[in-house]
Amino acid sequence: MKTIIQLHEVEKQFGQQTVIPPLSLAIAEGEFLTLLGPSGCGKTTLLRMIAGFEQPTSGEILLDGQPISQVPPYKRDMNMVFQHYALFPHMTVEENILFGLKMKKVPAAEQQHRLEEVLQLTRLGELRRRMPRQLSGGQQQRVAIARAIINNPKVLLLDEPLGALDYQLRKNLQLELKNLQKNLGITFIYVTHDQEEAMAMSDRIAVMNRGVIEQLGTPQEIYLRPKSLFVATFIGENNLFRHRDAILAVRPEKVKVYKMASGGEQPRRTGRIADIVFLGSLRKIFIQLEAEETTVLAHENGDADPVWQIGERVGLGWAAEDEVTLPC
Amino acid sequence: MLSRTRWLSVPALLWLAFFFLIPLLLVIALSFLERGTYGQVVYAFTLNNYSRIADPLYGEVLLETLAVSLLTTFLTLLIGYPLAYHIARLERGWQHTWLLLVMMPFWINFLVRSYAWVVILRSQGVINTLLLSLGLIDQPLSLLYNSAAVLLGMVYALLPFMVLPVYVSLEQLDRRKLEAAYDLGASPWRAFWHITLPLTKSGVVTGSILVFVSSIGMFVVPDVMGGAKSALIGNVIQNQFLSARDWPFGSALSIVLMLLSVMLIFLYFRAIRVQEREGREER
Repeated sequence: MKTIIQLHEVEKQFGQQTVIPPLSLAIAEGEFLTLLGPSGCGKTTLLRMIAGFEQPTSGEILLDGQPISQVPPYKRDMNMVFQHYALFPHMTVEENILFGLKMKKVPAAEQQHRLEEVLQLTRLGELRRRMPRQLSGGQQQRVAIARAIINNPKVLLLDEPLGALDYQLRKNLQLELKNLQKNLGITFIYVTHDQEEAMAMSDRIAVMNRGVIEQLGTPQEIYLRPKSLFVATFIGENNLFRHRDAILAVRPEKVKVYKMASGGEQPRRTGRIADIVFLGSLRKIFIQLEAEETTVLAHENGDADPVWQIGERVGLGWAAEDEVTLPC
Repeated sequence: MLSRTRWLSVPALLWLAFFFLIPLLLVIALSFLERGTYGQVVYAFTLNNYSRIADPLYGEVLLETLAVSLLTTFLTLLIGYPLAYHIARLERGWQHTWLLLVMMPFWINFLVRSYAWVVILRSQGVINTLLLSLGLIDQPLSLLYNSAAVLLGMVYALLPFMVLPVYVSLEQLDRRKLEAAYDLGASPWRAFWHITLPLTKSGVVTGSILVFVSSIGMFVVPDVMGGAKSALIGNVIQNQFLSARDWPFGSALSIVLMLLSVMLIFLYFRAIRVQEREGREER
């Protein structure tokens, strides 16, 4: 696959503080790549450097093989969807969407043609004469996306575009965005701190912590084979066990809880049931270990009959292939 | 909630009623009365004061005043907007320093500052002395007592009234909207024209009205820096009250001036609203 964006040893310092130590990353054409990390991990700074709003302290960014560090943002062939949309409050929906084409002096007929296309794609046709303040959050978000994609950018940068929306709407828009990306074939670079969102949408996820990409891989790789303690704990829930000089990570859904009386299999750990939480599709069982100061979380199918008593002594086990060994 | 906080406006309303509304009504009443032989007010109804204003002499002064005021507004905008823009782009600490500098002239009495200009501009003043001693001129330039000097003084005096509101609106401008414009291919200049300027219009409107209204009634600057030739309507009104002792006529002039200002501000607002609507419909 062709590389559309290449970050080469890109470094960013604000004053004396290094926000991003030299970092390299290749992003393939047409891919949905997510930069995932807690706030302050440098993901937005990285995105803003790609967009051209921040200058790398050193290193080079290549777009389609061309270095762009010296290219101002208004000449870069990519567009951004801003965190709080940054719609122009004094323009109608239509004027907002057309702004980019107007700036590039695209012929009026073509402007109209593309406008209709994008309005249909984002289902904004009926709202075209409204002002941004007359729109709901979800509608504003669609205008922000329409305003960006009408320019047919090579790359679309999205900075927590769903961050300001409520949970249900976010779920729906995640799928919509993913489909949009597939249909348009535009490369998406998506910044979020929401791991669920990243898992649901991305082809690849770059998990960032303190300016460093801790792991780059498919959602599956990231979830099943985390390479660092940070990734193991940031993505999903995980149980950590100390094992000689290393740490073992086991996902709650991989932990099996045994009755101590049943005998047979030798449990890997023993403990007492501390709490049980019913969440519908699954039941969370918290087990206080006897040998360690650790509480282990195990998942059980929600429709299984509840057989556990609080305080009951149980054994814990898991398959060897389900444990991930991490360096301390 | 409303009924409880409503009381907070009472001091201001009382103040305005006693020191603005009642004097205004007195001035209106006065403008329909006659002047006695010795400058006292005679309580007899007349429209004479208003018909006197029709005299081309006053019309000329009024036109001159309007021209100077409009020009002052335009120049303060031309100088003040870039200054406000510069300040709004500075770091917090520097912003405060610059704003302090902009407001510093207010600490010194206005009359004193006007005379300071006289010291600078007169024939034996700072500029002329310097140019003469450098041999660049052999006759002192007449920098004072003309319309240009009046304009200079007005712009100097009223600049802060433009800078402050424009600064406030620039300060409130969301930088991300500008970034969005750059992102969509707008050069810095076009982003300014399409985004910054329209979004700071409220500051420009407020500043323009403050400057215009202040300059239309200004009499100290033309008095001190303009000399006898460059009298504006403010000076004429001042003279009616102080030297000519014709309070009814002075009142009539004040009322006309006030109506004129209100009318112009109204037209200004309407022009802006029309422009806004056209801007929306154009595609």
